[in-house]
Amino acid sequence: MTDEKEITCIICPISCKISVKLDGKNFEVTSGSKCIKGVEYARAEALDPKRMLTSSVLVNKGDWPLLSVKSSEPIPKNKLFHVLKEIKDAKIDAPVKLGQTVIKNVANTKINIIATKSIKRI
Amino acid sequence: MINLDIDVAVIGAGPAGLAAAISARENGSKDVLVIDRNSWLGGILPQCIHDGFGVEELGTSLTGPEYSEMYIENAQKLGIDFLAKTMVLELKKNLEIIAINNKGLYKINAKSIVLAMGCREKTRWNVMIPGDRPSGIYTAGVAQGFINLYNIMVGKNVVILGSGDVGLIVARRLKFEGANVLGVVEILPYAGGLPRNVVQCLDDYDIPLYLNHTVTYIKGRERLESVTISQVDENKNPVSGTDKEIKCDTLLLSLGLIPENELSKQIDIELDGLTGGPVVNQSFETTVSGIFACGNCLQVYDTVDILSIGAKHAGKYAAKYASGKNMISNCFVNVIAGKEVRYVIPQMISKPGKILFNLRVENPKNSAVLYIFSGDYEVFKKKLPWAYPSNMIEIEVNITEDIIKSDNDLEVTIDDR
Repeated sequence: MTDEKEITCIICPISCKISVKLDGKNFEVTSGSKCIKGVEYARAEALDPKRMLTSSVLVNKGDWPLLSVKSSEPIPKNKLFHVLKEIKDAKIDAPVKLGQTVIKNVANTKINIIATKSIKRI
Repeated sequence: MINLDIDVAVIGAGPAGLAAAISARENGSKDVLVIDRNSWLGGILPQCIHDGFGVEELGTSLTGPEYSEMYIENAQKLGIDFLAKTMVLELKKNLEIIAINNKGLYKINAKSIVLAMGCREKTRWNVMIPGDRPSGIYTAGVAQGFINLYNIMVGKNVVILGSGDVGLIVARRLKFEGANVLGVVEILPYAGGLPRNVVQCLDDYDIPLYLNHTVTYIKGRERLESVTISQVDENKNPVSGTDKEIKCDTLLLSLGLIPENELSKQIDIELDGLTGGPVVNQSFETTVSGIFACGNCLQVYDTVDILSIGAKHAGKYAAKYASGKNMISNCFVNVIAGKEVRYVIPQMISKPGKILFNLRVENPKNSAVLYIFSGDYEVFKKKLPWAYPSNMIEIEVNITEDIIKSDNDLEVTIDDR
């Protein structure tokens, strides 16, 4: 099955509109890219789009009510809201150290959720 | 009155103040003091929980809280002193600071001062949106603080006016927290924020971007009930018959930032009407000797990376000034923003050498040539593959003594290729 997509390149502010054709694992740029970096970006975006995810987790007995967190690596786009649901349901006790793992293997992605802030206990 | 004698005093403990203080300490100042009115250090960074900080400066992508903790730890290791929850009341030309906190009144005698007060968000009254005055209208940064620091949700159905990066990032954040983001409204024909943020904050979640549109009416008795948006013509005037009412309970304003310079005005530091910040020379020194400026109170930066790099220079020169290595020179050349250039920093140069210029273009261009002229003499020429108002341009140019001594201003211009 052939699928055609238009991808906005984010590598530089020119923001080329890159048209791509997808046929299973075959990928072809049909028009729009001004540079090789754009082609690489379009390939990743068409075949396996991923995003870094940042959000916050509720804290018990902390000097702040929320702990900011991030994913240990980019998450497949179609899993983002599954991951967010688990983050929303989580709660952590202070103290928390920056870099500490807050959720392991979040939403069965093999990706961890990590603290991006240190929180003191009060 | 508590008396303190120090080398370098820094006003503001945000990213600029932290970077300037660290750099002053590393460049030989023994007693460096940073003053901030907040109870925490790091300024706005702790509420910027998204990543992308440090890419240019450190080659790695950090979140705002991570970036700020790194700087705070560094500063504390170097023995830099902090006065948090402390308000600077008065700045004096003889480098004296009057400040207050719950321990009392302070008189701080410094050998040099770095201004790093940051900026403020434009409000509804900066753009005069007609209509009612209900609750539910916030600036985007205030909403971001409520959500990310205090766990307070601002609303359910949200319209955002202005497509700068803060507005875009808050749009995604609201979506993550379950709000319905009805659209981002932008008066210009192009988005204000980075393409990355347009794609990853709006397109990813099918949030509509209304270009060439603005909010023309706000309706609501107690809480916001709706906003009216209208298309605008090339002069940014609303086009009649294009009105569309959007039911919503929250309007966020992402209209741009204004450098905060209430203290600078107290002692008549000359401000540049184009940047909103102090006029500075190549050493980030203002028109009051011994007072330096950096960060968003100098100019509104695109990224914290470039801001920190600039602030480190300011801190270094403040340390030199404090040690008595004075750079006073009566001879200087003015730097003028010419055709198609919105502003340029520094606004004056008093010492020859490799000078770092920061500038912004007036209009987006897909190819351009940047020139610097001293009278008819072409000092510098560079081809640019693209030039956008939202991307600050940095160039390094060798400025000779002859140029500084000449009667001509230095003029920076942009031409089509």
